[in-house]
Amino acid sequence: MEITVNINGTDYAADVAPRMLLVDFIRTEAGLTGTHIGCDTTSCGVCTVLVDDTPMKTCTMFAVQANGKSLTTVEGLKENGQLSPIQEAFKEEHGLQCGFCTPAMMLVGKAFIEENPNPSDDEVRWAISGNLCRCTGYVNIVKAIQTAGATVAAGSSQEAS
Amino acid sequence: MTTTEHAPKTSPEIGGLGHSVKRHEDARLIQGAGNFIDDIELPGMLYMAIVRSPWAHAALNAIDTSEAEAVEGVVAVVTGELLAQYDLAWMPTLSGDTQAVLATDKVRFQGQEVAAVIATDPYIAADGATKVIVDYDPIDPIVNPQQGLEPDAPIIRTDLEDKTDNVAYEWEAGDKAATDAAFAQADRIISLDTHYPRSHPSPLETCGIVADVNPATGEATLYMTSQAPHAHRTVFALVAGLPEQDIRIISPDLGGGFGNKVPVYPGYVIATAASLVIGKPVKWIETRTENLISTGFARDYHMHGELAVTNDGQILALKVDMLSDQGAFFADAQPTKFRAGLFHVVTGSYDYPAAYVSTKGVYTNKAPGGVAYRCSFRVTEASFLIERLVQNAAYELGLDPAEMRRKNFIQPDQFPYESATGFVYDSGDYETAMDKAMDIIGYDELREEQKRLRKEGKLLGIGMASFTEVVGAGPSKDYDILGLKMFDSAELRVHPTGKAILKLGVKSQGQGHETTFAQIVAEELGIPVTDIKVVEGDTDNTPYGLGTYGSRSTPVAGAATAVIARKLRDKAKLIAAHLLEASADDIEWDNPEFRVKGSPGSSVTIQDVAFAAYTNFPEGLEAGLEGVDYYDPPNMTYPFGTYIVAVDVDPDTGEWKVRRMVAVDDCGVKINPMIVDGQIAGGLTEGFAMASMQWITFDEGGNCIGSNYMDYLIPTAWETPRFEMAETVTPSPHHPIGAKGVGESATVGSPAAYVNAVIDALQHLGVTNIDMPVLPDRVWAALQE
Repeated sequence: MEITVNINGTDYAADVAPRMLLVDFIRTEAGLTGTHIGCDTTSCGVCTVLVDDTPMKTCTMFAVQANGKSLTTVEGLKENGQLSPIQEAFKEEHGLQCGFCTPAMMLVGKAFIEENPNPSDDEVRWAISGNLCRCTGYVNIVKAIQTAGATVAAGSSQEAS
Repeated sequence: MTTTEHAPKTSPEIGGLGHSVKRHEDARLIQGAGNFIDDIELPGMLYMAIVRSPWAHAALNAIDTSEAEAVEGVVAVVTGELLAQYDLAWMPTLSGDTQAVLATDKVRFQGQEVAAVIATDPYIAADGATKVIVDYDPIDPIVNPQQGLEPDAPIIRTDLEDKTDNVAYEWEAGDKAATDAAFAQADRIISLDTHYPRSHPSPLETCGIVADVNPATGEATLYMTSQAPHAHRTVFALVAGLPEQDIRIISPDLGGGFGNKVPVYPGYVIATAASLVIGKPVKWIETRTENLISTGFARDYHMHGELAVTNDGQILALKVDMLSDQGAFFADAQPTKFRAGLFHVVTGSYDYPAAYVSTKGVYTNKAPGGVAYRCSFRVTEASFLIERLVQNAAYELGLDPAEMRRKNFIQPDQFPYESATGFVYDSGDYETAMDKAMDIIGYDELREEQKRLRKEGKLLGIGMASFTEVVGAGPSKDYDILGLKMFDSAELRVHPTGKAILKLGVKSQGQGHETTFAQIVAEELGIPVTDIKVVEGDTDNTPYGLGTYGSRSTPVAGAATAVIARKLRDKAKLIAAHLLEASADDIEWDNPEFRVKGSPGSSVTIQDVAFAAYTNFPEGLEAGLEGVDYYDPPNMTYPFGTYIVAVDVDPDTGEWKVRRMVAVDDCGVKINPMIVDGQIAGGLTEGFAMASMQWITFDEGGNCIGSNYMDYLIPTAWETPRFEMAETVTPSPHHPIGAKGVGESATVGSPAAYVNAVIDALQHLGVTNIDMPVLPDRVWAALQE
């Protein structure tokens, strides 16, 4: 099937088998390997990308279901060539160790703080509860998302003033 | 010697020990530019899928590959029969047993490798795997070690000559006669039977390989998820008979390891053999189910412990009998001398003269392994048993569990302390760590609250673990794997511009080596941490080392790094003397400068010296500033700490919730406190996971019940407790920088604290044990009895 998927502002057109998983399309057709595969059953969340700004797990979504949609992956997180607040915060707060869950965690965190830039610890934990991490115990991931939220909130209040 | 403050000696710009330097590795990882195994693509690459046994135990009659071979895009189907022609159907394990690469005679566990399909596309390889038809004759499976020891049990390892039982090994430690004598003197004997259940490290990245054997030269480049690339290269040379100089193992970014990426797996060998025969690169990436059902499990120890005590709470002796469920092949990665790993550190943090430990490993029809999952060679099981026993002993004697520990702790002036099973603990101050944890959690107030709540029928429990670990394997006189002594190495090159590259035999899986090892060099040589590149995981370009597991990187390779940096500093001093026109005896090092004693204005930096090492070195001295050190540690290191957990148990449902979790850790001198805290938080979470939910279990047919993340439960951020972390600092006296290693302390120490907390909530009702995972239904059932 002929499909076109926009990823990080670039259109990727391909003739794909109906059974091709979206995560494989992203990794092999678009060559964007920052999106990972961890469990094959929508449980661990390392394959999460933003589909029209909503976090979706792409290991149980077919590529054809993304036809005509706009995706954001970790490779699209930078803003004007600079690290985005969520990326800066993950580094500053030591929100990653092996880095395998990190692209997905950052994307989920980014979408969440756009809705709620000043979340409580519990609110962040609930928001990322679809994504597993084996290294960090989540402590610094929660901090990183809160820090990024504060940066984003400060930025938008500056714009408003 | 205990200090709570350990101020850095270097400036933040230099970034030596004690600075929370931000990690070098993060730049690529937060931009999706990491290079993990599945990200590697080579021209003409083929893909492999493995056909696995649905049976736990069955004779293998015939394999029909014709339908699979007919699938368009399938290039080859590999069977054990084919591998046998190359003498590759079996391979050695790291514990000196043999393991089937592809089954030839029978299958011995569900998920065992039976055939492999190589195709042009991973989807087609998976299609092909469904078309391989295998004819089996099922045999009664053995699903626990007790069954395996029954007199009429079927023999699993019929491949081993003259094997007439299912015993994998027997091993003992300590002094039986002295222990029996001490038991005869005891007022009471406290005993506990507990099963430390089978678990799986389950890093979020599964295992995999891209095998690239060049058909023209025969050189094999193997990109592999390997925590121990050098040891794996040697195993490959032995298994495949390839010349070792033609094997290059590259272990790329690893998405976690936790012990899962220590063994050599059949999939690696099959893919390499396929690449060798076909002449094209072959990629194999495990699915999550393959990872959980076939690669290195952990734990599965059935333990019986007895503590001989006096009425006033003095421990006299310990007796432990342990039965280990080894699975179908003994594929632990234990040091050769120690068949049950370092389990005999089970005497713990306490001072008593006698102990006896007997262990027996039994083959069962389950996946092989016995890897140390975030644990130094079975120390987790040992620590759990002694901490559960001491807690139960306190209840039986009517003592507070903290007082019971206080009465028996090894005292600071007793170090170095030789334990009853022969370990020589390097340093410790157990009471200070415990007092600190009790103070932070408000122990006495919690006990008062517990009394009040009990009157209202509410269940609050306070559990403690004062663990001691043994890590950093290890001194060559005692420690080897397959004969390879457990030294480690560091090669340091300082370039003319004063920048450096450090090459190591260990391999990070997220521990932050690229940052922390650079900090050791910065501390010793004064080169800013940002000017130092750390290289690991490429056998062609790093010195030989045994790899990263058992918290050994900092104790062994970290020591090698400090030693080689000091050797280069000694040489740098000679060059500095030359530049300053002074005698070397008059040169002193004051990071980051060499100075002439008594002439404050006269100094050169390490960068000046580095440049001179290539441009203006004194006559008679070799050019350059580089070297390599192979460090043979004089002893193991012994990190310790006290964890205290408070839980509220719901008597109606059996659910328990962690109210507070206080962790006081002592890992000696910290290189990077931020990274240490990060590792502890991760370990406390994995300890909670094992105590509360993680469990690889089997039905009576040998079917694995924990084969995916919907059945094998891993805590999310929502279930994970909140941690309050603190430290004491007791340096290791024999380590060059006083560090002890920390990656596993929290996984080792915390399970007992969580379980002790639940038992503490119920002990007044007569509950003395609930096995892990402490599931609500088990708690509820215990409350009904």
